[in-house]
Amino acid sequence: MSVTATIRIQEADFDAAQEIAALTGGRTDIGAVVTFSGICRGSENGEPIAALTLEHYPGMAEAEIGRHADEALSRWPLQGLTIIHRFGRIAPGENIVLVVTASPHRQAAFEAAEFLMDYLKTNAPFWKREESEKGTSWIEARDHDDAAAARWTRS
Amino acid sequence: MRVKYFAWVRERVGVAEETIEPPADVRTVADLIGWLSSRGETYAHAFEKPKVIRAAIDQAHVKPDAVISGAREIAFFPPMTGG
Repeated sequence: MSVTATIRIQEADFDAAQEIAALTGGRTDIGAVVTFSGICRGSENGEPIAALTLEHYPGMAEAEIGRHADEALSRWPLQGLTIIHRFGRIAPGENIVLVVTASPHRQAAFEAAEFLMDYLKTNAPFWKREESEKGTSWIEARDHDDAAAARWTRS
Repeated sequence: MRVKYFAWVRERVGVAEETIEPPADVRTVADLIGWLSSRGETYAHAFEKPKVIRAAIDQAHVKPDAVISGAREIAFFPPMTGG
């Protein structure tokens, strides 16, 4: 059975429980669902922040996430996959990103979700800008995120 | 060809996108960064550290040695910080 990933790039919030239900509703073949939610923290490097604003590259964001979704579907026996990434202004405590993977057994669901998040961090064209009392500044990419993504590369 | 800029590259250049016609000897993404840098102070500031700049041709990531001929859309941006 071929599985199609659901990918949405949106400004609006999402409901993780509703997305899980949409993947699993009416099915009895799924044995494992892993959900990753990325949430806006109220501080960055110890300094309080008022909000994040996420800029994205429309078109490429969907295409790039789609390429990684296809790779995940080819590497792990997934029965369902949903990826949602928000853009725009996001306040502390609000959702930023959601990855839901479904498979017969847990290992594939865990691994695929981790693979997708590692690649979203380094390859999906989104940029975070933080707002604080000091003004606004772009968040810098982290080397350990590159290292996390590199461990999935197949030689 | 159309060029798009994102995040602080966009802020430094001062526009989100524009249409450019680089000369024929501008063959690669790295050449294009060099050519853009020569167009004025705002470009020179945006591309002052070329190794930090990431590029995409027609909405797919490319390396600096990628050939730009035939590209419809080229984008320049900082390392990504989504997720």
